[in-house]
Amino acid sequence: MSAAPLLRVANLKCAFGRAEVLHGVHLEVHAGEIVSLIGANGAGKSTTLMSISRIHRQATGCIEFDGRSIAGMAPEQVVRLGLVQVPEGRRIFPRLTVRENLEMGAFTRTDRAGIAEDIDRMCGMFPILRERAGQLGGTLSGGEQQMLAIARALMSRPRLLMMDEPSMGIAPLLVAQIFRTVRDVLRAQGVTILLVEQNANAALRMSDRAYVLETGNVALSGTGAELLRDERVRAAYLGH
Amino acid sequence: MLRAAAAADQLAILALARADSLPAFASDGVLSSSEVFSQQLVTGLSNGMIIALIAIGYTMVYGIVELINFAHGDLCMLGAFFALTAVGAFALEGAGGAGGTAGLVALLLATAAFCGALNWSINRLAYRPLRSASKLSLLVSAIGASFVLVNLGLFWGGLPMEVFAGGTSAAAPKAFPALVEPKPAFTVGDVIVSRPDVLVLAVTVPLMLALTWLVRFTKLGKAMRAVAQNPTAASLMGIDVERVIGATFFIGGALGGFATVVYSIYNQTVGFQMGYRMGMDAFIAAVLGGIGNLPGAVLGGLVIGVVRAMSDGYVEARWTNAIVFGLLILILVFRPSGLLGAKLREKV
Repeated sequence: MSAAPLLRVANLKCAFGRAEVLHGVHLEVHAGEIVSLIGANGAGKSTTLMSISRIHRQATGCIEFDGRSIAGMAPEQVVRLGLVQVPEGRRIFPRLTVRENLEMGAFTRTDRAGIAEDIDRMCGMFPILRERAGQLGGTLSGGEQQMLAIARALMSRPRLLMMDEPSMGIAPLLVAQIFRTVRDVLRAQGVTILLVEQNANAALRMSDRAYVLETGNVALSGTGAELLRDERVRAAYLGH
Repeated sequence: MLRAAAAADQLAILALARADSLPAFASDGVLSSSEVFSQQLVTGLSNGMIIALIAIGYTMVYGIVELINFAHGDLCMLGAFFALTAVGAFALEGAGGAGGTAGLVALLLATAAFCGALNWSINRLAYRPLRSASKLSLLVSAIGASFVLVNLGLFWGGLPMEVFAGGTSAAAPKAFPALVEPKPAFTVGDVIVSRPDVLVLAVTVPLMLALTWLVRFTKLGKAMRAVAQNPTAASLMGIDVERVIGATFFIGGALGGFATVVYSIYNQTVGFQMGYRMGMDAFIAAVLGGIGNLPGAVLGGLVIGVVRAMSDGYVEARWTNAIVFGLLILILVFRPSGLLGAKLREKV
């Protein structure tokens, strides 16, 4: 942990009209880590990710990726640097085929051979995508769409992947499978992960470190194991 | 041959009558009733293909930013003035043979580039600053852009240029030279297909095929569809959404530029008010086919073209607008999603 963090967010504020949703969020993600951001509905988890991705351009504060400030950048520039998000609700393109969805994930790349290779690799990771390659994205089930959304984001060859609620609306068995696959594959490739989850238990178990967000502020932080033992976390998020 | 020439003359007169909204004559006595029908059908389909090409520009823009771009028809009108000015400046009139064909191709390309660039600029100045505003603000801005273009057309029409043979008044319709003479190209049975009809097909069909290829298979085309379906997700893929929207405006405008040259040659009249008619026909065609749907725009264009021609031929030209707008009302009441439009918008 001695090296500079891959992603550093400091004093991040974001408001919609007069309503300030983030009041100064601080977080750091180091290369190779899995870090999760947990918290109740409306705590500002998605807003944090959308601010980092520069979709919420009104957000202010310090956002540094790999040592350079991305606070003034456009969303597509952030993607080009290797900071990519799998958004909440998956947001796949419903009337593009599965293959076209994957191609859009590789929009920033120009190496045709490498893109074809990666599509093949994604279909190896999630075999259902190969079966459904010619089908429209909108015809997939929720779990299949989530796999597609993750694979699509990986097509850009990110260095840091931010995932927003990948378990939402998906059968628990499938969630475990997706989590395992993602963790193993990304660990093997050295992709760093910032995970937003409502399912705090699952998130903390697979994370090196975690932050607890409460109404726009970081209330707690620590290693996954520490937070799993923490009384406040157990009471508020784990249901014990 | 004599009869063919007479029919061709009638064709030209019908074309002029349509452009000027003068009463067309249906029962001239020269043609039998089935020939009138077939001839009107050819004219209707030709005009329909032109309307379709303009409607594609409407529907593409709607598909990507959900804006009814009311300036689109007036953009085509300015394109017609641009083309008319270019015809005069480069003496394209009367240049036959290979030189004439090359001149015509150059005129088509130049007008397309002009309209594409103009549409891109309109988006940049009038629509892009309102991207996060309400759709109504955007619509009002489009109507404003339309007024600006109409007044630019009025100004352009008032310029003292010898090529504008239609008189000195800025508002007067100008004669557009018959770069492709309204002579018969060939006949199918008793139906005459004129050389302008052939021009319409030769321009519109390849463009529609090229556009289909672009939208389905190129990276830009896929990005256009991605932005239309979910702009935020497209942004998160690293797609520069505004750039894709700009490209869509350019392509839609360029298609309008091609269409307006063919329209002007086919109808031989241009005027500052022509954009309203072109825009309305294309708008109705786009809604009829299902707004946002490319094949729908083509189908809608053909239907509107044929309905217009039949109304001109069998009812009376002064009723045609009422009939076409009546059709619009019927669509909006009974099938608001259009002939080929999706029944419901997908919720992602």
